[in-house]
Amino acid sequence: MLTVKHLNFNYPKSRSVLQSINLDFTAGNIYGLFGKNGEGKSTLLKIMSGLLFPKHGSCSLDGYEMRKRDVQSLQHIFLVPEDFELPALSIRSFEKVQSCFYPLFSKTQFYQLIEEFQLSPNNIISKLSFGQKKKVLIAFGIATNTKLLLMDEPTNGLDIPSKSQFRKVMASVVDENKCIVISTHQVRDLHSLINHVVVLDNGRIAFDQSLDKVSDGLWFGKQPSNDTMEPIYSESSFGGKAIVPRLDKNETEVDLELLFNGILGAPDKIKEVMNQTQQNERV
Amino acid sequence: MEFDNSKPIYLQIVDFFYENILKKRWEEEERIPSVREVAVMVEVNPNTAIRAFNHLQDLGVIHNKRGIGYFVSSDGYTKVLSIKRKEFMEQMLPDVFKKLSLLNISFDELKNVYNQQKNEEE
Repeated sequence: MLTVKHLNFNYPKSRSVLQSINLDFTAGNIYGLFGKNGEGKSTLLKIMSGLLFPKHGSCSLDGYEMRKRDVQSLQHIFLVPEDFELPALSIRSFEKVQSCFYPLFSKTQFYQLIEEFQLSPNNIISKLSFGQKKKVLIAFGIATNTKLLLMDEPTNGLDIPSKSQFRKVMASVVDENKCIVISTHQVRDLHSLINHVVVLDNGRIAFDQSLDKVSDGLWFGKQPSNDTMEPIYSESSFGGKAIVPRLDKNETEVDLELLFNGILGAPDKIKEVMNQTQQNERV
Repeated sequence: MEFDNSKPIYLQIVDFFYENILKKRWEEEERIPSVREVAVMVEVNPNTAIRAFNHLQDLGVIHNKRGIGYFVSSDGYTKVLSIKRKEFMEQMLPDVFKKLSLLNISFDELKNVYNQQKNEEE
């Protein structure tokens, strides 16, 4: 669906932020985009939505270059940014002004979500709190029914019940035709939704795998004391949790925090095991 | 739904189905919630929910009527009962026995506690 090829990017007069990025986002998945602060996650999302232009390489949605900002591509993509300014309009006027840009926009869905998020169409957006504004934007983004929905830290600012509501809504909207990319540090908020992990480190793609593949190849947890297998990565501060090659062990749930730290701490070892698993599958 | 980290989420959803069937909240030949409904209920990616449905279908606990939805099989309850009994006997009991011997609790002592509890329930 969205293809990023050999992408390089740097801001004026600064070191390069993204280097030779190759990614392929396909429909039917919820991608989790992870990386330390300042690794270029938000920059990548901005390039993907045509807000920034790549210095080299390309980024295209079903063949349309995002940098050209064609109507055919922009009507199929929506970005919920982390920071935003919204006009001093009522939610209803906002919907009327903005929704015409998205052919598949569903009014019913939008107002249903607004109600679920305990907002009223008459609320003036600029008078709402940060979290409430974010909910307006999330509701709008979902209701646009674009093929590609990008979200930058969507759960920041949401209160505790809203996070659960957010997960329910996301679980209900993803389908075979839709691709969702969520950039976040709140791994615990979104763990159960994500089925593909992309990790950015040092401006490059450090990891790009579906969680099914990860749980095929890696085992997460506390190693039994009689297990002599050398861990790929372990953390004493984590209550002794470790990542080891799974081999014939029972499948465990992927521990995203541990995986993330493992990818940054022992990238080569993890890559090696993942490659091996994939080769074994082919044989 | 609160997930624990040791077990894959799809198997935890399977356990949630087992519980509903054992407690007769879902009767045999009754229609159960759809993949999407389950995904929303437990707040997971629908792909994960599909895995749980496929797993249960392979075991013959549920079956799919095309275009209508998923149903608990006519022998679903018996199947779940035997699966869960096997799991208890093979996985939980050995740990209990280990604990009993570690704490030096005799079988008679255990039997008394068991009978007492039974009486209280009645």
